[in-house]
Amino acid sequence: MRKATRWFSRNLIRIYAVLGFTYLFIPVLYTFAFSFNNSVKSNLVWRGFTWNNWRNPCGAPDICNALGNSLKIGVIATFIATILGTLIAFALGRYAFKGKGIVNMLIFLPMATPELVLGASLLTMFLNFGFNPGFLTIVIAHVMFCISFVVVTVKARIASLDPRLEQAAMDLYADERETFRRITLPLVAPGIAGAALLAFSLSFDDFIITNFNSGNVNTFPKFVYISAERGLPPQANVIGSSMFFIALIVVLLGQVVQRRRKVS
Amino acid sequence: MAFLQAVAKKGETSTKRRSLLPYLLLLPGMVWLIFFFLLPILTLVSTSTKTPGLGIGEFDQTYRFANFWDALVNSHTQFLRSFVYAGIATFAALLIAYPLAYAIAFKSGRWKNVLLVLVVAPFFTSFILRTIAWKQILGGQGIGFKALVWLHIVGADSHVTASTFAVIAGLTYNFLPFMTLPLYSSLERIDPRTMEASGDLYANALTTFRKVTLPLSMPGVVAGTLLTFIPAAGDYVNAEILGNPNTKMIGNVINSRYLQIVDYPTAAALSFTLMVAILIVVTLYIRKAGTEDLV
Repeated sequence: MRKATRWFSRNLIRIYAVLGFTYLFIPVLYTFAFSFNNSVKSNLVWRGFTWNNWRNPCGAPDICNALGNSLKIGVIATFIATILGTLIAFALGRYAFKGKGIVNMLIFLPMATPELVLGASLLTMFLNFGFNPGFLTIVIAHVMFCISFVVVTVKARIASLDPRLEQAAMDLYADERETFRRITLPLVAPGIAGAALLAFSLSFDDFIITNFNSGNVNTFPKFVYISAERGLPPQANVIGSSMFFIALIVVLLGQVVQRRRKVS
Repeated sequence: MAFLQAVAKKGETSTKRRSLLPYLLLLPGMVWLIFFFLLPILTLVSTSTKTPGLGIGEFDQTYRFANFWDALVNSHTQFLRSFVYAGIATFAALLIAYPLAYAIAFKSGRWKNVLLVLVVAPFFTSFILRTIAWKQILGGQGIGFKALVWLHIVGADSHVTASTFAVIAGLTYNFLPFMTLPLYSSLERIDPRTMEASGDLYANALTTFRKVTLPLSMPGVVAGTLLTFIPAAGDYVNAEILGNPNTKMIGNVINSRYLQIVDYPTAAALSFTLMVAILIVVTLYIRKAGTEDLV
């Protein structure tokens, strides 16, 4: 008995962590389980197991169109935001210049503003200028709110670099450009990759800002939100679960690649 | 002499180029933020004092600052509620996330990276899908609800969803990763030897935590609470899916003013007030917590 309580108190934090992860994953598991539901109208009650939803993920009207838009927007917005944000991160992390405080402020403010306000204010401006919301305005909005997160992530990576590595390169007669290309950039690259992944996940999962600035264009979160009122088709569960597994595989592969590189 | 002048001139141009470079790096991103963040906020401010014009969705600038007063008189309940809900959800998320981040940082061994990925992974199953999943799990026909009834935690004729509790629980759940990641990154930076040293000086586990670990992890606590509180205070999806008419937050009011009632001035006034209120809370909090270097 005493042994049991000792084991318990020693592993308390691990038990707690397991409970925490369970909480985090209950809705994910539920979504996955109900992707196999042989549902008729709404996907609320279990009506037996079927592969049909996985065989035909585009079976619900407009769902794959919405998913395609989300993926396209995610890729374009991530690409632009990662480049713009990384440039800013290098300027902030590597140079002293006048107006740095204002730049820091302009990076911080979008993160301290609720999505609702970001979305509403952008829509107000677009309407004032007679600009119809659609695909382009969604991309503009997503780049805007992703930039700050990219800057913060990449800047942290730049700040954690050992300056002696660059000095060593310079000592070995590498000029500034070569040092940057062969030392600095490869060292910052994991930070940039992480920032891009973060930007994509923020863009792909965004609903509030998108809902304001999308006009008639559908995205996956918007599809889920709208169709939830009439009963969510099980195909939404299929796509939600697949995205989860794809993301997991991509990230884990990235980890393996990084570890291999370290070994070699 | 000419040689020296040339050298001086060369030096001058190269420092000039160097001093221009950071601005060139900043330019594209800053232009984007000025046009699509700052300018929209200014448009929002100017819309907030307009009054309805002739047609639907047309408004004239009349500098009617009473719009702010009217909006606050009509929606102060929802305003207050948003801040209370977001505050409770932030505190709950801190209590759940701190041990989780601690376990990942110090007790996970070679599983550390995998566990970190798992914290973010639920993001990819769309947060709306997960919120709807909670609604179904805890709804009248859901397995979660039936389990709670079976355990005699709730009565069979009661309901868990469509309640204040469900909205706050939803907010806590949705922003948990935003709390866990900054906590983890500041805990991970702590040198474990500082904790060992504390133990060597006869501090027990609790004292070590209170005097060493917690103070050293404060930057993570501040960043995590901000990243949770800000989006939670402006959220309307949780209140929409998991709440009832008496749990409406300010986000629900702004959303319906904008997209259903097409009352842009009121919506703009409320949005701007929300933004300023949050900035005030955040500034006071950062002052109090004493960490200025967040970004």
